[in-house]
Amino acid sequence: MSDTTDPVEPVPDPLPEMMHGVPVGWSHGQRVLHPSREQLTGLIKTLHDDGYHMCLDLTAVDYLTHPGRALPDGIEPERFEVVVTLLSHRERARLRLRVQVPGDELTVASLFDLHPGTEAMEREVFDMFGISFEGHPDLTRILMPEDWVGHPLRKDYDSGRIPVQFKGAPAGR
Amino acid sequence: MTTPTTPTTTDGDTHLTEDPSLTSEGGQELASRDIVSAVERMREKGAVLRIGEAEAAASAPAADYVPEDETMIINMGPQHPSTHGVLRIMMELQGETVLRAKPIVGYLHTGMEWTGEELTYLQGGTNVTRMDYASPLFSELAFSLTVEKLLDVEVPQRAVWIRMLMTEMNRISSHLLFMATNGMDLGAVSMMLYGWREREETLRFLEKVTGLRMNHNYIRPGGVAADLPDGWRDDVLRLLDMIPPRLDEYDTLLTGQPIWRERLQGVGVIDTETCMALGTTGPILRATGYAWDLRRDMPYLAYDQVDFDVVVGTYGDCFDRYAIRLNEIRESIGILYQVLDKMPKGDYRVQDKKVTPPPRARIDESMEALIHHFKIFTEGFKVPEGEAYCAVESPRGELGCYIVSDGSAHPYRMHIRGPSFVNLQTLPHLMHGGLIADAVAVISSVDPILGEVDR
Repeated sequence: MSDTTDPVEPVPDPLPEMMHGVPVGWSHGQRVLHPSREQLTGLIKTLHDDGYHMCLDLTAVDYLTHPGRALPDGIEPERFEVVVTLLSHRERARLRLRVQVPGDELTVASLFDLHPGTEAMEREVFDMFGISFEGHPDLTRILMPEDWVGHPLRKDYDSGRIPVQFKGAPAGR
Repeated sequence: MTTPTTPTTTDGDTHLTEDPSLTSEGGQELASRDIVSAVERMREKGAVLRIGEAEAAASAPAADYVPEDETMIINMGPQHPSTHGVLRIMMELQGETVLRAKPIVGYLHTGMEWTGEELTYLQGGTNVTRMDYASPLFSELAFSLTVEKLLDVEVPQRAVWIRMLMTEMNRISSHLLFMATNGMDLGAVSMMLYGWREREETLRFLEKVTGLRMNHNYIRPGGVAADLPDGWRDDVLRLLDMIPPRLDEYDTLLTGQPIWRERLQGVGVIDTETCMALGTTGPILRATGYAWDLRRDMPYLAYDQVDFDVVVGTYGDCFDRYAIRLNEIRESIGILYQVLDKMPKGDYRVQDKKVTPPPRARIDESMEALIHHFKIFTEGFKVPEGEAYCAVESPRGELGCYIVSDGSAHPYRMHIRGPSFVNLQTLPHLMHGGLIADAVAVISSVDPILGEVDR
């Protein structure tokens, strides 16, 4: 199986690899940047100038029950991670950004200004994880009903079950 | 006709600042004209805006002013024959002209990403295949490629080519479904019958190989579920002989027909820059003249070993999107001929005891194989810690899968980047300034599958 999509992983260097002042990690041959929340919008702008014109995906992960994950030196793991995938058509390469978001301060700057296509994705992350995006024009629930309480994809969300009514069971009325 | 009762956006904002973990009330709906900001009213022009509120208010020409009592907000859907399932669109109309539009989704939301965390990697295919139900094999493929990347296994060549065969066949069936529904939406009802008829033929082949017409769970981590059945080559050749003349019939019926062209040409125009900003991929992006196809530009499977053209349009209108899909069927047929020539012999799944169940015959003679079989189907296989994103070119655009593994047999997080979900954001841009009758053509040409939008 050919896999020409990803750049070649370099030989590990004793010094941590940096790109635009942001630590770089490698995951299965895919390049991952780890900006802080403050660096995010600036980095997205710089990368836009570098040719990463399309924001393919924006999602989040709740690391509540899996805190010990591998991160580059100097990156403190937090409960939430916002994961942004960018695409450069010129270099034919994807780039992933993982932003740590602490559980007690759930705000990230919205990418809407540079990538209006993140509008629906940020709404989805807000809906599913409760992370709010500053500067988003219309941050409302998108998949769940408006009056829903809680954020379903959080790990501490009580998913619950509706009991299944089997044939032959006494009827409720 | 509905009119939102209260200025919902401001309500939602105050709610947010108080407690972000609580839900905001309202705001999902299209707000009425007198409370939306100048930026939002300029956005209805269809341009992608990066200016502030004051600037927008100052630069909005007076001629654009529309009195409140001349507009009305109506709902289209969620129950509407041309909304492809349960898509609801709120449109602000002035007469018959669409000023603003807002797609409202979520009616089909069943928490499939959450379900993906509950199922093992082996069961995951049954979940993702139900997202994009018109092209289920692509979701399975994206999921399997990601799991294989995390596992670091290489799939045998025959499995790679079987995957190409099946997904290209699925691309044909998906585009044929588009031909059918596009015809139906625009009143060419006979096209609907022809489209369904040809699609059924391709589904029959998929059924013969996978056992199911849809929701196959055929492409699995490590390979495919079963080898191709006897006589598959004749079946494929019969289809490849049958479909091209039928496509020529479509050309006669639709492509050159004046009514069809009048309904589609110049309707729902979008440019490349807007597509790029909105993250739009697939035929909508290609219709603007930008040749971007993951199969050629970032090849996966063995697409670098087959020869095909990336079909592009010129004007970015509904007609280009129709023509692109029609001609992509022809390109897929070309790819399928090459797949027939190059299909290698060998195993259809990787013989890695960690990932694949033992062959059926081994279970009868070996206790270990039976235990192994039992363990792999009850506990599943463990995937090393890590995270990865892999994407494929589905008939609708880039279909990506992002998986985080914590080292157990279940994904810690499974996210699908559905092209329909992202592409749906083009609707307000495509509809703006058009007639309400053209809105139907626009929805149809975006070809959203709501199962994938809502997941």
